[in-house]
Amino acid sequence: MAAHSPDLTTEAIIVAPAAAGVDRPPRAWHRLGASFWLSVAWLALVTLVAVAAPALHLADPNLQDLTDRGGSASPQHLLGTDGLGRDMLSRLAWGARISLTVGCASTLLGMVVGTLLGMTAGYVRGRPEGVVVATMDALLAFPALVLILAVTTFIGHDISIIVGVIGFLGIPAFARVARANTLALAQREFVLAARAMGASELRIIGLEILPNIVAPVLTFGLLVVAVAMIAEGTLAFLGLSVPPPAASWGAMVAEGRGDLDIWPQVSLIPATVFFLTIFALNLAADRLRRVVEVRESRI
Amino acid sequence: MLTFVRGKVLHLVPVMFAVTCFSFLLTSLLPGDAAVVMAGPNATAESVAALRSGLKLDQPLPVRYVDWLGKAVRGDLGTSPRSQTRVLESIRERLPITLELLLIAQVMGLLVAVPIGIASAYRAGGILDQAASGAAFAVLAIPGFVVAIVLIYLFAVQMDLVPATGYTPLLTNPLENLRSFFLPALTVALGEAAAYTRLLRSDMIATLQEDYIAMARAKGLPTWHILLRHALKPSSFTLLTVLGINIGRLLGGALIVETIFALPGIGRLLVEAIYARDLVVVQGVVAFVAVAFVLVNFGVDLLYAVLDPRIRHGRALA
Repeated sequence: MAAHSPDLTTEAIIVAPAAAGVDRPPRAWHRLGASFWLSVAWLALVTLVAVAAPALHLADPNLQDLTDRGGSASPQHLLGTDGLGRDMLSRLAWGARISLTVGCASTLLGMVVGTLLGMTAGYVRGRPEGVVVATMDALLAFPALVLILAVTTFIGHDISIIVGVIGFLGIPAFARVARANTLALAQREFVLAARAMGASELRIIGLEILPNIVAPVLTFGLLVVAVAMIAEGTLAFLGLSVPPPAASWGAMVAEGRGDLDIWPQVSLIPATVFFLTIFALNLAADRLRRVVEVRESRI
Repeated sequence: MLTFVRGKVLHLVPVMFAVTCFSFLLTSLLPGDAAVVMAGPNATAESVAALRSGLKLDQPLPVRYVDWLGKAVRGDLGTSPRSQTRVLESIRERLPITLELLLIAQVMGLLVAVPIGIASAYRAGGILDQAASGAAFAVLAIPGFVVAIVLIYLFAVQMDLVPATGYTPLLTNPLENLRSFFLPALTVALGEAAAYTRLLRSDMIATLQEDYIAMARAKGLPTWHILLRHALKPSSFTLLTVLGINIGRLLGGALIVETIFALPGIGRLLVEAIYARDLVVVQGVVAFVAVAFVLVNFGVDLLYAVLDPRIRHGRALA
C-alpha cells in the first residue's frame, strides 16, 4: 500500500569503484539536477528548524488556548492552531525533532551494524556468510510493522526503544546492500594487488572495500531514513510512539482526524509536511543513485 | 522440480522455527514481567500471581515454548484472559474481513496498474509514461495513514459519497458492504498500483526488446495482440512474485487501514489487543500473521518455479 509499512525491501545498489586516475567528471553536482537540490534545500530547512527549534522563540508547542481552536494563520500563529489551540508551526518544529531523530538515528544503527555484517559476510564467504544470510532472510520474513508494534508494547514507548527497534529492522536491508557490493568488489584487481602486497584481511576490508561501498550504502541510507520516518509516523498515528503531549508529525495528523469536517488544515498541514519530507528523501536518493550508477557504466 | 521443492522445504523449516520462536519470545524474553504488564496498573499482587500461574509464566522457558508450539500446531493459540475467547476463534472471525480488504485492494491496484504499465512501456519516455512515473513516485512517498486522511477528506467529508468509517457485513447488505470497503481498499490500492505500474513498465520494456516481439511485429500482428498476448504474459511473472512479497507490507498496511476505517479485521484485532495489553492475543496474532506470511511467500516461490522453468533449473534471473 502506499504506505509503506516499514518494510525495508532491498534495492541492491551495486557500484563499481571509480577507476584510479579517471576521476569524477567535472561538476558531478550539476548532473544531479534541480529537483535534487530542491529536495536538499527542503531537507536542510526542516533540519535547521528542528535543530534550532528551542532558539527560534516559537510559541510553547504544548500551550493550549481553548479560545482559539483550529484558528487560521495569524501573526501570532503563522500556520494557525490545532484542535486544542496549540501553535501548529511550533508543534511541527518540535515534531520534526522526533521524526528526524528517529529517522536518522535508527538508520545509522542499521547502517553501521548491517554494513559491517554484510561486508564481513561478503568478504569472508563460507559458513559465516551462510549464517548471516539465513538470519537476515528470517528477519526479513517477519512483517516489520507487526514486530515494531509488538516490541514497543512490551518494552515501552521511549524514543530510544523506538530507535532501537526500527534500527534493528534496518540491519538486514543494509547487510544485503553491503554484501552484494562487497561480492563484486572482492573480485577486483586492486583487492588482489593489495593482497599481493601483503595487506592483512582487516586492512583490505577497511581500506580497500569499505571506502568503495560507502557511496551506495549512504544512498540506500537516504531511502531507509524515509522508511524509518514513516514507521515512526505510523506508530505515532496509532498513538504508540512517544507519549503525548509530545508533538510528533504522525500524532499531529491523527489528532486532527476527528475535525476533518471543520478544520481540515489541522490534519492536512502536518500531512503535507510529512509527504514533502519523504518525497524529498526519495527523490534525493533516486537522483544520487543515478549519478552513482553512471559512474559504474563509465568504467 | 523435486530437488527444487525439497530445497525450498528445507529452507522453510528453519525459517518457521525462527518465526514461531520469535513470536513466542516476544512475551518472554523482553524486559518487564508479562503478568504485571497484562494485569494493568491497578492489579493486586494476587491477581498478578493468578495470571502468572494461569499463563504458566512460572515455568522454564523451553518448557513453555514446546508447550505453546505443541498447542499452536493443533490450532490452539491460547485463550485471552481478558475476553475469555479463544485466540484462534477471534482470528477466524476477523480473517475474512482482512482478506476481503486485501482482495478488493489488489483488484483495484491491478486494474489501474496493468493498463498504465502497458501504455507506459509501449511509449516509454512519452508524455503518459513521464506523467505516470512522476505520479507513481509521488504516491510511493505518501505514508498510508496520510493517504487515508486525504481520501476521507475528499470522498467522505467534501463529496459525501461513502461513509468515512464503519463496517457492514457482506451478508447483511452486499452493496453497503462494498461501499464501506471502498475507501480502505483505495488507500491500500493506491500504493500497490504505483508499485505495480513501475514494475510492469520496466519489465515490459525489457520484454519488448526480445527477438520474438520483433518477429511478431514482422508478421504484422496488431499491436494490442503483441502487447497483451506476447509481452504481458512473461512480464506478469515478476508481478506475481511481488504480489507475494507484498503480503507482509499489506498486512502492515491492513493494520493501519483497519484501525483508521474501523474495519474489524485481523489488523484491528492486533491493535486492540495491543491497546488492551492482552499479550496472549498479541502473541497469537503475531505468530499467525508471521507464519501466514512465510507460507504465502513459500507458495509464491513454488508457483513462480512452476510458471517459469528458468527458476527451477537454477538459472535464476539474478
